Amino acid sequence: MKKLMKGNEAFAEAAMQAGCRCYFGYPITPQNEVPEYISWRMRDLGGVFKQAESEVASVNMVYGSAAAGVRSMTSSSGLGIALMQEGITNLCSTEIPCVFLNVSRGGPGLGTIQCSQADYNQMTRGGGNGDYYLPTYAPATMQEACDLIQKAFDTADKYRNPVGVMVDATIGNMMESVDIVENKAPDPSIPDKKEWCLQGGQRPDGSFARVKGLFNVPAESEEFVEYLGRKYDKIEKNEVMVDITDCDDADVVIVAYGTTARIAKQTIKFGKEAGIKIGMVRPQTVWPFPYAETKKACSHAKGVLCAEMAIGQLLQDVKIALEGTKPITQYHRLSGVMPSAKDMFKLCEKIAKEGK
Amino acid sequence: MSEMLYERTKFLTDKPTHYCPGCTHGLEHKLVGEVLEELGIIDRTIMIISVGCSAPAYDYANLDSIACLHGRAPATATGVRAALPDSILYLHQGDGDLLSIGLDETISAASRGENITVVFANNNIYGMTGGQMAATTLIGQKATTCPRGRDPKLDGYPMKACEMINTLTAPKFIAREALYDIPHINKCKKALKKAFQNQKEGKGYSFVEILSTCPTNWHMSPQASMEHVKNEMEEVYPLGVFRDED
Repeated sequence: MKKLMKGNEAFAEAAMQAGCRCYFGYPITPQNEVPEYISWRMRDLGGVFKQAESEVASVNMVYGSAAAGVRSMTSSSGLGIALMQEGITNLCSTEIPCVFLNVSRGGPGLGTIQCSQADYNQMTRGGGNGDYYLPTYAPATMQEACDLIQKAFDTADKYRNPVGVMVDATIGNMMESVDIVENKAPDPSIPDKKEWCLQGGQRPDGSFARVKGLFNVPAESEEFVEYLGRKYDKIEKNEVMVDITDCDDADVVIVAYGTTARIAKQTIKFGKEAGIKIGMVRPQTVWPFPYAETKKACSHAKGVLCAEMAIGQLLQDVKIALEGTKPITQYHRLSGVMPSAKDMFKLCEKIAKEGK
Repeated sequence: MSEMLYERTKFLTDKPTHYCPGCTHGLEHKLVGEVLEELGIIDRTIMIISVGCSAPAYDYANLDSIACLHGRAPATATGVRAALPDSILYLHQGDGDLLSIGLDETISAASRGENITVVFANNNIYGMTGGQMAATTLIGQKATTCPRGRDPKLDGYPMKACEMINTLTAPKFIAREALYDIPHINKCKKALKKAFQNQKEGKGYSFVEILSTCPTNWHMSPQASMEHVKNEMEEVYPLGVFRDED
């Protein structure tokens, strides 16, 4: 049933409808409605909400409950996610599935509390140590965010790896009508967690659960990291999501995600009115990034407009995708100053005429 | 027919520990194991392991275990508790972990009154990393990062965990014990038993500090280390039960 909800509250409800029963978080704007909503709602559902003493504590609380096999999540904004990076790499190395919601604000540092996409590198490249990846969804609407948050729990469980969902502050703080799937059943392909999770007591085969990421023998560590590498290869092969619109005969292709992509839809309309063919590649996963899909979609274009609310983070992936085959123009607005559909259109006009 | 008078606690695996000769970590594990067995709760105990000399302790315990990031054991235990309300959680933490990097998690979990038992091995030094100064290092004590001895003008004074936790409302049991002779080992075991009994009964947070030895980094023999605990450490860190509430 469709309901009018605020983004952050809808995300919280979606997570709990996907079976999230442990939530730990620390207040930070612009996502405070997530813990506020869960603090009362989780009780109805028999789960646990705890306000942590810091983001460092939140991520380590999630580690504990998720290691015991309960679907768990935390939410924060870029600054808080920065504090969680050690926790994220630890979750990867111990193969504990859980979900991170980043409602992004402006940076660097304390930055602004308004909408931004400058956490792209933080989510896709991370700041934790070692070889690890955080698969990350980047929805553009509230509905898509709710659907992908629910999917994120399945992806995390399927691969036994933490999964991120990155929305910008605009999506988190707007109201829209949304249809949240209720009591969403986990993907049936997910293996039984009892094979690895903490239960407190000997397992039927006499063994004990040992959740750890420390190795004393280099060769054992190497073998494990190679295994992680193969797991990430599998995620890259199977989990890419991208929305491609009108690219087949486009003169210009816009590559954008999240709120910027939503604004760019208006740019495409301007193009239709003016007789300029504009298409769009909208990555729904930013790691793994749709490299091949982006290159193929841009193959007929004269040039590509990379639009984001950051000074060239998505741009790096677009460059990798296009392998120098197309000229790329970058457009950005920052720190809560919203991108303009008209300004993007002006750049598209120029690209259609001059190629760059 | 012979009668079994003493046997190794089933807590311990057959793997020899890597703890140095004269270190009291192994003794602590043994006492905790005996207490868990006597209370009939060993079959639902999970060991919450911290970073320090005890980091590979999962190899020594016939228990489910989770290795935590440095300082975060109380936070991780909070998460495990949320997921498994009936489990018994044994946190083992050293002074670097519990006081320096993890002070926020220590105080916050204690203040929330989490139903957990924290066993704090205070040996006044960073053991695993090779003998650096700790928050608990005694005034004048030499360490690799204070080779002339801890100078309060530069490094302040030893931090006292029991006394700090004793300012909080929620904790139910707070004690500081030592292991340098049989009477003290017996007293320590009694304190550990009370701390786990509280958890079994769902009463809340219990904290047992154990003045521990580090012969390797103190550059002392095992026997001299025990004497050091008795003559030097105890003066700064007085033994006793700080709180025992029902």
